[in-house]
Amino acid sequence: MEILMAFVIGILFMSATYLMLSKSLLRIIIGTGLLSHGAHLLILTMGGLKRGSAPLLGEHAEHYTDPLPQALILTAIVISFGVTAFFLVLAYRSYQELGTDNVEDMKGTEPND
Amino acid sequence: MTNLIILPILIPLLTGAVLICLNKSIMAQRIVAVFSSIAAMTASFFIIKKVHADGVQALNMGSWDAPFGITLVSDMFSALLVFTTNIIAFVCLLYSFKSIGDQREKHYYYPVFFFLLVGVNGAFTTGDIFNLFVFFEVMLMSSYVLLVLGGTKIQLRESIKYLLVNVISSALFVIAVAYLYSVVGTLNMAHISERIDELSGNGMPGIITVIAVMFLIVFGLKGAIFPLFFWMPGSYYAPPAPVLALFGALLTKVGVYSITRTYTLFFYHDQEFTFQLLSILAILSIVVGVIGAIAYWDIKKIVIYNIIVAVGVILYGVSVMSPDSLTGSVYYLVHDMIIKAALFLLVGIMISITGTSNLNHFSGLIRRYPVLAWTFFVAALALAGIPPLSGFVGKLLIVKGGFEEQSFLGAAIVLMSSLLVLFSIMKIFINGFWGQQPADKGEVKAPIKWLLVSPVILVAISALFGINSEAFLPYISQAADTLLNPDIYIKAVLKE
Repeated sequence: MEILMAFVIGILFMSATYLMLSKSLLRIIIGTGLLSHGAHLLILTMGGLKRGSAPLLGEHAEHYTDPLPQALILTAIVISFGVTAFFLVLAYRSYQELGTDNVEDMKGTEPND
Repeated sequence: MTNLIILPILIPLLTGAVLICLNKSIMAQRIVAVFSSIAAMTASFFIIKKVHADGVQALNMGSWDAPFGITLVSDMFSALLVFTTNIIAFVCLLYSFKSIGDQREKHYYYPVFFFLLVGVNGAFTTGDIFNLFVFFEVMLMSSYVLLVLGGTKIQLRESIKYLLVNVISSALFVIAVAYLYSVVGTLNMAHISERIDELSGNGMPGIITVIAVMFLIVFGLKGAIFPLFFWMPGSYYAPPAPVLALFGALLTKVGVYSITRTYTLFFYHDQEFTFQLLSILAILSIVVGVIGAIAYWDIKKIVIYNIIVAVGVILYGVSVMSPDSLTGSVYYLVHDMIIKAALFLLVGIMISITGTSNLNHFSGLIRRYPVLAWTFFVAALALAGIPPLSGFVGKLLIVKGGFEEQSFLGAAIVLMSSLLVLFSIMKIFINGFWGQQPADKGEVKAPIKWLLVSPVILVAISALFGINSEAFLPYISQAADTLLNPDIYIKAVLKE
């Protein structure tokens, strides 16, 4: 199961990298979304994929699942959700202001150097 | 166990929340901001006192015991940085009143300012690696808003790059934490250190080295070390002076703090590879930073490249990892935060007078603005490390540590860099302040009295910090002591 997950994560990272290297701003944002999905799946996998009951003392089970990675993912998802929302707004605003969504045209710095 | 150490996080958080509601009235915002900033400063001052008297302070949030819940830990290193952060925040706040403009003040400049402080103070205080990530995100989110607030073309353009770089580095941070969790099975920093110690009976296992390098990449991106600084000169160029001062003084230093913390607490077993790598990157940062600082004729750019030099110097001291060099690094870190904030504020004043940041376009400022000129001169000397100002003591200790540990090349480069830093910053002084005044005499003198208050305070602190360094040294060496002996930190957190 872990091997399979490793492939899934690898494919996610691969597509994320491909998208982030493209020129359109929207694709870059989708790329960052995929990148964080990959990272979240990685946390889940790194915690160990075990079958077990909920980590409550009353369950009296032989195996418990590790609740911590899930808590971490939840936090990370919320954060990446917020950042993606901000990024989308920023991209829209800069499209209005700069008149382009092509990052090639956003190169360069101030005129005087 | 004391609740005191959460105050520098809690006060700005509550202030930020209150200020959101006050956005209509600028005056009310300013008053609340000043008072809460003073409160945070006082609280962090008492933390230093407390840590100095009773050793490392740990606070388990929600009373969940140490390895399971989130722990806040305040050792001398973090207490000093929190205090410095709050001083700089207070001073930048004063500067903002006259320079940031109504539009920004009405559009939530102050709340975001305080949320940034929550992130920075939190990152310095937390004792949980995932919590560190969360505070990083709080800090970054606020910095995105501060960077783009105002919405000029250059700000929008640079914000996109800054955001993208940081999103990627955050993803890497999560990945690095995931790897670390899979190996050690805990997130509490003291507990991680203990587990890694158990694993490293004879040398650090390879996977830990991989994780160490990943952390170096993550924090190096925030802290702008050699190959990873590429985003900084562009992004830091965009925002107005007080924001730039906050970024230059605090954000990169959070990265430096995190590298220092993780490398001295987790990855100290294998000094062959990880510390060697850190040392090489630090030296290359110094070299590249100096080249950038000398090459540019733009005052903002010159100071921005000096950030990279300072980061290199501090991390070189950390990589040598001897008592002297670590003391020097802590000292230099505090010094650099203060003096960088002062320099950025001074550069901001110069730009507001002349309307340009290009050195070729103005000169002779010293006739009309002597106070500005001499403050800048003292700040420049402190930056380069001329005795008796504060840069000198830190660099002296770092170089001494380097020579003692037979790291001659690195120490020599640190020494050489001081000269070139002095050259780069004197270039501003000679070309900007000396020389002919522009011909049009009818020009009114720009009102800079209030703006000057902030950098003068910072330069005075820096001078005091240097001249009176004997008085500060016990605190600094206590910080270095905790960094050198992770056991002190572990015992304080896990209460064994």
